[in-house]
Amino acid sequence: MFLLFISSGLFLGWSLGANDAANIFGTAVGSKMLSFKKAAIIASIFIILGAVIQGSGTTETLSKLGTVDAIGGAFTVALCAAFTVFIMTRNKLPVSTTQSIVGAIIGWNLFTNNKTDYSILTTILTSWVAGPIIGIVFAALLFLLTRWLLHKLKIHLIKLDGYIRWGLIIVGAFGAYSLGANNIANVVGVFMSSAPNLIIDLGLFQLNGAQLIFLLGGVSIAIGVFTYGSKVMETVGSQIMNLSSEAAMVVVLAQALVLFIFSSTGLSNFLETVGLPRIPLVPISSSQIVVGAIIGIGLVKGVQEIKVKTLGGIFLGWILTPIAACILSFFALFFVKNVFNITVTSAVASIPATPVDASSMVATSAMKHVNMVWPFTLMVIVVVVALFVFYIIKQQKLRVKAQDELYKKQNDFYIAQKALTELELKTIRLENSSLASKLEFKRKELINYALNIIEQQNFMASILDKLIEIKNINKDSEREEMLDGLIVLIKQKMANSDKVKNFNIEAEKMHKDFYQRLSDQFPDLTENDKRLATLLRLGFSSKEIAPLLNISPKSVEIIRYRLRKKINLKKGDNLIQFINNL
Amino acid sequence: MLKFNGPKKVIELLENFFDTVDQGVLVFKNGVSNYLYGNTDNFNDNLSSLTKLESSADILRREIENQLYSQSLMPQFRGDILRLLEEMDTIIDIAKENLSQFDVEIPNIPPELNQDFVKLTELSISAVESLMPAVRAFFRTPDTVKDQIHRVYFYEKETDKMATAIKRKVFRDMSNLKLSEKIHLRYFTLHIENVSDEAEKVADLLSIMAIKRTI
Repeated sequence: MFLLFISSGLFLGWSLGANDAANIFGTAVGSKMLSFKKAAIIASIFIILGAVIQGSGTTETLSKLGTVDAIGGAFTVALCAAFTVFIMTRNKLPVSTTQSIVGAIIGWNLFTNNKTDYSILTTILTSWVAGPIIGIVFAALLFLLTRWLLHKLKIHLIKLDGYIRWGLIIVGAFGAYSLGANNIANVVGVFMSSAPNLIIDLGLFQLNGAQLIFLLGGVSIAIGVFTYGSKVMETVGSQIMNLSSEAAMVVVLAQALVLFIFSSTGLSNFLETVGLPRIPLVPISSSQIVVGAIIGIGLVKGVQEIKVKTLGGIFLGWILTPIAACILSFFALFFVKNVFNITVTSAVASIPATPVDASSMVATSAMKHVNMVWPFTLMVIVVVVALFVFYIIKQQKLRVKAQDELYKKQNDFYIAQKALTELELKTIRLENSSLASKLEFKRKELINYALNIIEQQNFMASILDKLIEIKNINKDSEREEMLDGLIVLIKQKMANSDKVKNFNIEAEKMHKDFYQRLSDQFPDLTENDKRLATLLRLGFSSKEIAPLLNISPKSVEIIRYRLRKKINLKKGDNLIQFINNL
Repeated sequence: MLKFNGPKKVIELLENFFDTVDQGVLVFKNGVSNYLYGNTDNFNDNLSSLTKLESSADILRREIENQLYSQSLMPQFRGDILRLLEEMDTIIDIAKENLSQFDVEIPNIPPELNQDFVKLTELSISAVESLMPAVRAFFRTPDTVKDQIHRVYFYEKETDKMATAIKRKVFRDMSNLKLSEKIHLRYFTLHIENVSDEAEKVADLLSIMAIKRTI
């Protein structure tokens, strides 16, 4: 029955976890410095720790404001607060569970004619205003300090990144602890007076009824973080992304400090012993401190524009949320009482109930003592074994994955090797074919050469025959005639040598471009001139050119001279260089 | 995620990378003057050592990229830093490419231009040399980057002026050169100029990164 009634509080805790954990780890997760899973685990653990260890201070303040002393009333009040938060979040209005629960409690007070303690209310309202302002101051101071330190220490960017990562985790854990300590009151504060009167012995430590409720509330916040936190974290992260990670750390630290100050009984007591005024232990909205902290950094950086819209949102939250929750709570209580006939208050109207002091709920002999040592130990063992099995399975998976990757790499390597070999093969084939064609060419050349030699031999033999014939002739005139014929034959042979002809044709073919250029630039050149130019370009001397053109060396010189004139070369200009550069 | 020796190794790799780029441009400077004064052996040495430096810079850059991503260091700055490294790698790439172009194309540089080319190279390299401390400062004292970066811009401008002067000289006063030779010379001044242009690019990138970093 108790669990059923407390469910509304747990719902409130869930929405708190979903929204407010983002303020702590949003930047770290949004900037991918920390994975959401890790952030959620750290946040959950420390929120629960904060709630159980230090949650009593703020809870006390809330119960002073109005002690909801019947569980039906507590259920309705928490439900109304949660509903207000839900509706306002849906309409994208900035909202805090703190403001809505305070409104709902006042609604209960009004409904049951309990007097609202105005001094407590004033304290709470002042703290709401003071929280963001202290956030501004803290953030500004911390920011200045950080900047100064970074400037002094000259840490390498990469190392700094590592430090900040750790810093974000540590500060985040501290923030989560403070959040749990400060805001747990919103979640379960109204149920305090209905806490079961028992003590649970868990072997290592004992939990009393109040702490059990804190634990439940903490767990509900943690569930909120896990189930819905990732979306909000990403949004918050990307919104604050234009802050550097150093500044983000400052924001979280400032927030954690403010939340801690407003929830630490020890600090408050210490200040009192020193003679300073006590700090009121009031649940405040973490979102609003974050906004304050960001403004603080903006002030230090010299940013002039402070978004009026954001500030307006906070003011709206201060005013609209409590009023809405108050009205909703009033009517819901009326409805619950008259329709369902559930008691919403045990006290006689107009008599203020005695506030419940959660911290005073220590073990007394009157309390029911529940021994949970064995179940708890068993549970711990089960959890440890489950974690171990999970770890082993994960390791196994990783190993398989690594093997797969290795195999894939080897495969890739093999494919690459194969491609390379194929390429090499192709190159060799290409080379072979080019060598074969070269071989063919050489063979043809050789045949030509051989044919040439045979032809020359034949010619020589015919000349020899002729000479022997001439030698045997006695008649002078006849001999003279024969010799003349022989000379003509030899001259003809020299002029019509196929070899020379072939050579000229080949040379022209090879230097076709040059030939063309020459004809274009100097159209009045004769074929002989062009042929001479080509041979000069090939690097032949006049002496070598003479037999090729079948003229005397002197004629070559004359043609050269004419060529110079035709292409307008000046004295001193080099003909061969000119031809080569053409 | 939570390794302690990772950052140390990356810092070491980064320092190595910067040293390599720095050495690379110095070798480039030597190489150009060796080419100009016909010390072929020394020039070949310079070319081969620059080639080695260039490839080791590539390897270092890839290793750093790997480390940054595998250890998921600096998710916020990673992209910027990788771009910075890539641009710096381009500097040494350009230097190596230039030197090998000298080797392959054997530009005919008239002796009267030797002094000018040496000066051009020195100015261009000075831009890179004054870039290096700024890059190093980015990682430790980002607020001093701005004070160092203006030298890069200065040297880049001077290089531009020098290059223009050389080109003017080549095209206006050296009628004995063929047009092909003139154009060849123009290309080589451009190549050397490119080194300082790249340094300017890195400087631009760096100044924005430094502003991002100063909190």
